[in-house]
Amino acid sequence: MPKRQDLKKILIIGAGPIVIGQACEFDYSGTQACKALKEEGYEVILLNSNPATIMTDPDFADRTYVEPVNPEVLERIIEQERPDAILPTLGGQTALNTALAVAQRGVLKKFGVELIGANQESIEKAEDRTLFKRAMDKIGLEVPRSGLAHNYQEAMEILEYVGFPTIIRPSFTLGGSGGGIAYNREEYEEMVMAGIEASPTNEVLVDESILGWKEYELEVMRDCADNVVIICSIENFDAMGVHTGDSITVAPAQTLTDKEYQILRDASLKIIREIGVDTGGSNIQFGINPVDGRLVVIEMNPRVSRSSALASKATGFPIAKIAAKLSVGYRLDEITNDITRETLASFEPTIDYVVTKIPRFTFEKFPQADATLTTQMKSVGEAMAIGRTFKESFHKALRSMEIGSYGLESRIFADPADDKTPLTEEQQALLCNKLQVPGWERVWYLADALRAGFSVDKIYQLSGIDPWFVSNIAQLIQMEGDLLAGKLPTNEDNPAFSDLLRQAKQYGFSDRRLATLLNSSEKTVREYRHARNIRPVYKRVDTCGAEFEAYTPYFYSTYETECEAEPTDKRKIIILGGGPNRIGQGIEFDYCCVHGAFALSAAGFETIMVNCNPETVSTDYDTSDRLYFEPLTLEDVLEIVAVEKPEGVIVQYGGQTPLKLAVALEQAGVPVIGTSPDAIDRAEDRERFQALLNKLELLQPDNGIARSCEEAEVIAERISYPVVVRPSYVLGGRAMEIVYDVERLRNYMKFAVEASPEHPVLIDKFLQDAIEVDVDAIADGADVVIGGIMQHIEEAGIHSGDSACALPAISLSQQLLDEIRRQTRELALELKVVGLMNIQYAIKDNAIYLLEVNPRASRTVPFVSKATGRPLAQIAALVMAGQSLAEQGISGEIIPPYISVKEAVFPFVKFPGVDTLLGPEMKSTGEVMGIDFDFGRAFAKAQVAAGVKLPTAGAVFVSVKDADKQPALAAIKRLADAGFKIVATAGTARFFSNHGIPVTFINKVKEGRPHCVDAIKNREFAMVFNTTLGAASVADSYSIRRAALMNEIAYFTTVAGINAVTDGVLAMQRETLDVKPLQEYYKNL
Amino acid sequence: MKAVLALADGKYFVGTSLGVAGEVTGEVVFNTSMTGYQEILTDPSYHGEIVTMTYPQIGNYGINDEDVESSKPHLSGFVVREACPFPSNFRSQMTLDTYLKQNNIVAIEGIDTRALVRHIRTTGAQTGVISTIDTDPHSLTKKAQAAPGLVGRDLVREVTCDAPYQFHQGLWDLATGYTEVDPAAAQYQVVAFDFGIKRNILRNLTSRGCKVTVVPAATRAAEVLKLHPDGVFLSNGPGDPEPLYYVQETIRELLGKVPIFGICLGHQLLSIACGGQTYKLKFGHRGGNQPVLNCQRQQVEITSQNHGFAVDARTLKADMVKVTHFNLNDQTVEGITHLEYPAFSVQYHPEASPGPHDAAYLFDQFIAMMQEHK
Repeated sequence: MPKRQDLKKILIIGAGPIVIGQACEFDYSGTQACKALKEEGYEVILLNSNPATIMTDPDFADRTYVEPVNPEVLERIIEQERPDAILPTLGGQTALNTALAVAQRGVLKKFGVELIGANQESIEKAEDRTLFKRAMDKIGLEVPRSGLAHNYQEAMEILEYVGFPTIIRPSFTLGGSGGGIAYNREEYEEMVMAGIEASPTNEVLVDESILGWKEYELEVMRDCADNVVIICSIENFDAMGVHTGDSITVAPAQTLTDKEYQILRDASLKIIREIGVDTGGSNIQFGINPVDGRLVVIEMNPRVSRSSALASKATGFPIAKIAAKLSVGYRLDEITNDITRETLASFEPTIDYVVTKIPRFTFEKFPQADATLTTQMKSVGEAMAIGRTFKESFHKALRSMEIGSYGLESRIFADPADDKTPLTEEQQALLCNKLQVPGWERVWYLADALRAGFSVDKIYQLSGIDPWFVSNIAQLIQMEGDLLAGKLPTNEDNPAFSDLLRQAKQYGFSDRRLATLLNSSEKTVREYRHARNIRPVYKRVDTCGAEFEAYTPYFYSTYETECEAEPTDKRKIIILGGGPNRIGQGIEFDYCCVHGAFALSAAGFETIMVNCNPETVSTDYDTSDRLYFEPLTLEDVLEIVAVEKPEGVIVQYGGQTPLKLAVALEQAGVPVIGTSPDAIDRAEDRERFQALLNKLELLQPDNGIARSCEEAEVIAERISYPVVVRPSYVLGGRAMEIVYDVERLRNYMKFAVEASPEHPVLIDKFLQDAIEVDVDAIADGADVVIGGIMQHIEEAGIHSGDSACALPAISLSQQLLDEIRRQTRELALELKVVGLMNIQYAIKDNAIYLLEVNPRASRTVPFVSKATGRPLAQIAALVMAGQSLAEQGISGEIIPPYISVKEAVFPFVKFPGVDTLLGPEMKSTGEVMGIDFDFGRAFAKAQVAAGVKLPTAGAVFVSVKDADKQPALAAIKRLADAGFKIVATAGTARFFSNHGIPVTFINKVKEGRPHCVDAIKNREFAMVFNTTLGAASVADSYSIRRAALMNEIAYFTTVAGINAVTDGVLAMQRETLDVKPLQEYYKNL
Repeated sequence: MKAVLALADGKYFVGTSLGVAGEVTGEVVFNTSMTGYQEILTDPSYHGEIVTMTYPQIGNYGINDEDVESSKPHLSGFVVREACPFPSNFRSQMTLDTYLKQNNIVAIEGIDTRALVRHIRTTGAQTGVISTIDTDPHSLTKKAQAAPGLVGRDLVREVTCDAPYQFHQGLWDLATGYTEVDPAAAQYQVVAFDFGIKRNILRNLTSRGCKVTVVPAATRAAEVLKLHPDGVFLSNGPGDPEPLYYVQETIRELLGKVPIFGICLGHQLLSIACGGQTYKLKFGHRGGNQPVLNCQRQQVEITSQNHGFAVDARTLKADMVKVTHFNLNDQTVEGITHLEYPAFSVQYHPEASPGPHDAAYLFDQFIAMMQEHK
């Protein structure tokens, strides 16, 4: 059956911003889908609000709508574009829900649009718990005992037959948002009610607990001729009870006999057929009782998922691309397997290696959050590693996490050589607790438990982690013991030790970890290893266990005999990727890496990508010419460089991960291209940076370095409060705080950081109410081109990654802008920047202060590129490879006649107990973009895209600190004039009513009930404005913000935000927001 | 203990001994199944072969007394990257190593199995030797060269049963394990030729209401017909079908007299009996992921396979047999049906074990054929 001819125009829905539970895997899947459908000659329409995605690059679709992903917008696009079909299965839960909503509203029928991939009925069958359970009953499969509750009464009835502990899951939410495990009645009531609130259908599923069961996933594909294949099986390291997104997972399944595996396979085939996913991929999760093998079906996603991305990278089978082709009528046996070329997509990949994925958490950003892992996903990213054994891939995955771990470092023993027994009672209790309660550090504690002599069985009993995994880790700990007994022999060769070291490398030990164990240095271990030719070889990921020749150069390292790298002698450049997603370093950097590869390939270079994040486009085997799926550590990169011998290595695209390798790589003789590591150091080293500014006569906020609490007080006194304090040795705004008085400073110095001569604390004057500006530029050593000047909406002091911003700047004078351009140019030339550069300025009282210079790709590069239509990362990659800006014909700054607003998206909903207040520490996981010719509309679009429900009428609750009352006045007056009802607490009410605005008074929380939080919970307000100062009032108003968040009420915590949203809301009141593709906007450039 | 695997072309790998010490020769082949090593070990079709598992970690779920396809391992030697000493599964009873030792199997672990597989893929299957006694690669290569190949050898007589017997075991179920099927309730009498038969074929037949009599490979047609079977089954088995003249002759005599179903070697023998010829594949098909197109249904079946020889499509007489299935990877013949008589066969393994169950319908097809000709 060839592709369908009756379809001409297909609309693909993207996943929107990166949030917990929905990360860049949907850029990977959407990008593959766009490419596949365009390749087939279809006209592709795309909807996605996330500017940092590759799929929203204007070349990937014919018409790209960077608009909010919601049913209203989708309906307008359908009306405008009249597509023949919508493909909703490649944009995560967001796309599926959005498509389902328009289908249920009858929009598809009205405009004659077909859902391809999965139809309305099958989406409902898979997503609706009752329908799903009924479907499973019909095909004779068990699901955990369960019931659906819509209210308290129903919940209590279900509890009768389900019993404790119970698992609670709201329907139709991402990553199990709002779910949990209840062990008692109180918890149960709380979770059920919260879940009903969180669910868009006000429904929760209450499940029999199958805690401690083994968890498996199968990735299934089906075509229109009912051919079904399994792409990959995945076994969870963590037992049931931990969300699969938060579990360490391993592919393929390890501890199932063929008979048991075939039961899963048969069940999967039955399920995909019964649910009726016509074409494409699905993910099915199973629980297996380890005692008797009893099988229950947990859930099925009738779409491409995070696990599909993992399965694609793990097997080399491009699930999303094939799913897109199947959706237009191809059969699996009509599609060629790219990797083998001679075989078809209608087979089941078999692999001859083991894949381990470890999730990446950022609890350090949310200290108030409960770090226990449950059925609600909390991780923000993941790293995957490939090795020939679980031991090797597990070890490689650990060091891919980039959390300063290079192996199973001890959590409780200071020195590897310490006596491990007997443990103190306290240590004993700690280990038991850490094994029992799943947390992100559990594997390190597990290693300590083994060191302390816990038996495999005891660890299994405590943790539910299958003895097979525990025993493998026990082998690693055994090897550590053997290594500790040895010493790195210096002069004379010791073949026995050399063999031991080779075996350790086969077990995946890093040089860093070996150095710790051998009381040596990483460099010494490396040199010892090289002298004895203990080097990795590179094997290919080929989908077929070597049965057929692989043509795609997709590699992983291992310590064996045969190397399949076969490097070419072409001119080649290595691009180092960004590793696992985390807050502060996510898809934006992957976007840059991918663009770098595209540009350099087009310029005739062979491009080589190194990365370990399975969610990304950069780790697709066809993004670059060669792909090394490897950890981004010095050791791993050096070995690849030794095999490939590239002309250049790009470290400035993957964020901090590769950047911090720059100096070491250069020292090891690696040709790092672009801005020199020395220039990077000049921008990052405090003292050298100051010298640079003095030389260029540029301003920076007054500052000092404190090595003790006393010094800090003296400095703060000198530069006057408020001050920004931060430790000098961490990046990304970690532990950064704005301090308003000496008491808080002392507190900070005492508790937040321990200042010492080795770890000084940096103190800067905080520029209150300053406007922050971000500039992205490209330089080639001679010329500088400004990519874009972005004006932040929120004032300085909010981390730039969390602040909304507008391009072009909306309220800065020409003179200021020109001065910013001049300073940017001076800095770029002085630092001899070759490639990208990002500068953050603060403007206060018409003076320009330099906050930060980053001679590398920044988080805003994709946004600027999308706003201006100029691919900055591509241009800069060519600059690094030696093509000057002039040679590329790039000059001048593009200042669009329309306005683009970027807004950040936060994970607060996932972390009960966490305040939503913004500060100098970055907390957002993703971003969206709104475009329009008017700032208000662009801002409103960005808000809506970020999931904020902006009202056009209703009541606005205002509670602002004294200093903000005057600045907020104009906005409040405009809202009141536009018919909004203003409700305020005493002080605020008095101020506004004195200025002639009609205000309704409401109690503060401590003033008695009913109070403002009651009103928020009763959803009496359409918006909440709340600004605060000082720790006490922050604590007081916490419940306001949290209640607004949980009740999905738009809330703003800065005056700048209040002003901007007022523009937005009033613009929406005037007219509904229209939709327009990027390609149309670009016609104005 | 050190062990060496050497191939006839001089390539060798140094690893660690697994199973018992000793020295064995055989044709070195590879299997790409990620699960099912116990079924593979006990599949008589591997007689005369040294089997390499492409999946690197073998033995993870141990060995139990259920997942067997015959009474004991039949392969000559076993090659794995890493054998698991601590199996984990609720049905596991012993480690792989213990099982190999109990059954006197010589095996090797700790070698670059992917390099070995790539070598076989490129150069073709060839004889090899695993030894813990002689670890001199040069001498081992000579031994490998001196070892007999598979072509032209009758390996079936080394694995077939000595005398006819009845088989009553039904298919496995997670909850109940194997259950005995009451032969009195059977509706069909089936005579199954044992060329090295896998038990799961028999279980598939008994579970579908067949009373199965298993007979030795050399049983004559007349003896078979004396049993008044409703159908005759031709089993899988090791090695080259060409030298099995006596079986080919029996099949010719049975054709048209009784419905026939053949699997694997049985398929090759039926094809030869119908005038076709077979040839040796470069390195065979062994694994659980082989895509086969069913030409009638126009559907793809993911199949379990284990064969080194194949039927040459060009030699099949178009007026006598029709190709019903072919392999989507290399277009080799995977199934035929006789145009005049009730007889059909497939190259792959619908009984799975190990492998997917996509083709189990073929047993139903056999039942339907017997019903029709009853």
